[in-house]
Amino acid sequence: MSEPLVQIRQLTKHYTRGKQKVEVLHGIDLDIGRGDFVALMGPSGSGKTTLLNLIGGLDTPTAGSVSVDGKRIDQFKAGELARWRAEHVGFVFQFYNLLPVLSAQKNVELPLLLRKMGGAERAKRAQVALSLVGLAERAGHKPSELSGGQEQRVAIARALVTDPTLLVCDEPTGDLDRKTADEILGLLQVLNREHGKTIIMVTHDPKAAEYAARTVHLDKGLLVDAAPAH
Amino acid sequence: MTRTGFVLAQLFHRKTRTSLTLLSVVAAFVLFGLLQALNLVFSAGADFVGATRLVVQSRVSFTQSLPLRMVPEMDAIPGVQAVMFQQWFGAKFREDTQIFAFAVEPERLHKVYPEWVMPEEHWQAFRDTRTGMIVGRVLADKYGWKVGDKIPVQSTIFPQKDGSKDWTFDLVGIYDGIDEQWQRQTVGGMYINHAYFQEASQFGGNMAGIIVLRLEDPDMAESIATLVDKRYENSPDETKTQTEKDFNVGFVKQLGDIGLIVRWILFAVFFTLLLVVGNTMAQSVRERIPQLAVLKTLGFTDNAVLGLVLAETFALCAIGGLVGLGLATLLGIIVAQAAGPMLPIAIDARVWLAGLVAIVLLTLAVGLLPALRARRLRIVDALAGR
Repeated sequence: MSEPLVQIRQLTKHYTRGKQKVEVLHGIDLDIGRGDFVALMGPSGSGKTTLLNLIGGLDTPTAGSVSVDGKRIDQFKAGELARWRAEHVGFVFQFYNLLPVLSAQKNVELPLLLRKMGGAERAKRAQVALSLVGLAERAGHKPSELSGGQEQRVAIARALVTDPTLLVCDEPTGDLDRKTADEILGLLQVLNREHGKTIIMVTHDPKAAEYAARTVHLDKGLLVDAAPAH
Repeated sequence: MTRTGFVLAQLFHRKTRTSLTLLSVVAAFVLFGLLQALNLVFSAGADFVGATRLVVQSRVSFTQSLPLRMVPEMDAIPGVQAVMFQQWFGAKFREDTQIFAFAVEPERLHKVYPEWVMPEEHWQAFRDTRTGMIVGRVLADKYGWKVGDKIPVQSTIFPQKDGSKDWTFDLVGIYDGIDEQWQRQTVGGMYINHAYFQEASQFGGNMAGIIVLRLEDPDMAESIATLVDKRYENSPDETKTQTEKDFNVGFVKQLGDIGLIVRWILFAVFFTLLLVVGNTMAQSVRERIPQLAVLKTLGFTDNAVLGLVLAETFALCAIGGLVGLGLATLLGIIVAQAAGPMLPIAIDARVWLAGLVAIVLLTLAVGLLPALRARRLRIVDALAGR
């Protein structure tokens, strides 16, 4: 494995739902190398999305540590974590989560609003990102005018536009048919292999996991095994 | 895309609802502008007059006249530079056009009100012509009167000795105000010669509605007012002496406390607006919780999201408010033209300033709670629909 980009040590996460305490992750250790493409698999409730959220800085752990590129993000305050996400992480969701009132181009420009750059530079970068996912000609279309696969491509372009260190994908093909899913997964693979993007992807789908370089299985909040690279 | 563009796009994510809300904000600010301007019109009379004049009226009411024998007594008060008196004539021109007309002694008016400016020969003509009359510039312009015209008016109170309430006066002068504010007051002023009124009227010739004292020193206002009221205490003609400004305010309040009425109407308008816009913003944030969570995921901080929601609210209130004030300004011009000089309504800088303050306050009142809710939301819960 290449030099670890993500180092997770004794990671534990508990939630409180009403009066009930839910233990989701129990002391997980995991390393993910720079340029790796990891699929996180496991049954529902196994804690894979929680783990992904912790790696992506969307949530904070109850105990243990998460280091990304040498930084202990579990020790960041909310504001620092937000700025770190803006700088280093691209997110792709199952249901795309594009803003319906914005065109594809403007959805992709959205993360760049947090950067100090002019409107022309933002537009140019968004066009490059859309070209990369093969949607340059649909830039002016709103999400409602795009197919599911196209929406997910826009979401990937949005995740890529800031040139993040890490791409975090939560069931990116869960809402797509097989053919479109294969296209999206192929795109992710290209981004990993040709552009060196480190990708962590949660999936239920064994076929999707085949696109990853490595598969990590979780069950009841524990790592079960780590499958070798395909 | 700029941040402003993003805020506006988000604001109009439900076009119909936002447009309807915007219309209600516009309507509210049109009302705000017009009512605020009306309030200023009614309070304007009191704002620019100083304490250099005292107004003596009957303690009972200014509708109760005082005897003219008081005038020389007041002339003799130390510190009083000049004294004038006026009797409300109650003039109507043509059908139902009420004019503020007073019977005065020309020389006394001239000495007590140097703010009325007119060529000396016109003052002289007013002194010399028993049927003489002078009017303010705005009033003269309104009816196209010029010096030398004979003006027929009807008194609503005083008949002539032959029983007729029709009076005819010779217009001998048109006076201007000494400055812009006084010029505006020439809207309703008509003065007739008291000597003629006294001679021709069936009654009221020996009475004055008010007596006005011009003081040598404004600092003496309180002591002279007390002196006058003490002098006539327990007499059949008890007096109430106050500064001209207080008198004017009191006069307007005879019509009702316009300021209070306007404030209550505005309170009702803005309370309703608060509910309408507040509900829109609360609903808007509630239905966009996943989108706001996405923004936070992308790196927008809690405070940035709070700022975005507040900016949306501000945009809604500012667009509606500015359009409303703009429309009110136009309507004000139309109303002022239609009503003529009797209602010199104008949406000026003071109204706009009050409107801008109202926009900011409205933004905070309706936007803060939804914005705080947006700020507080946890990404993982919001994305999971919890």
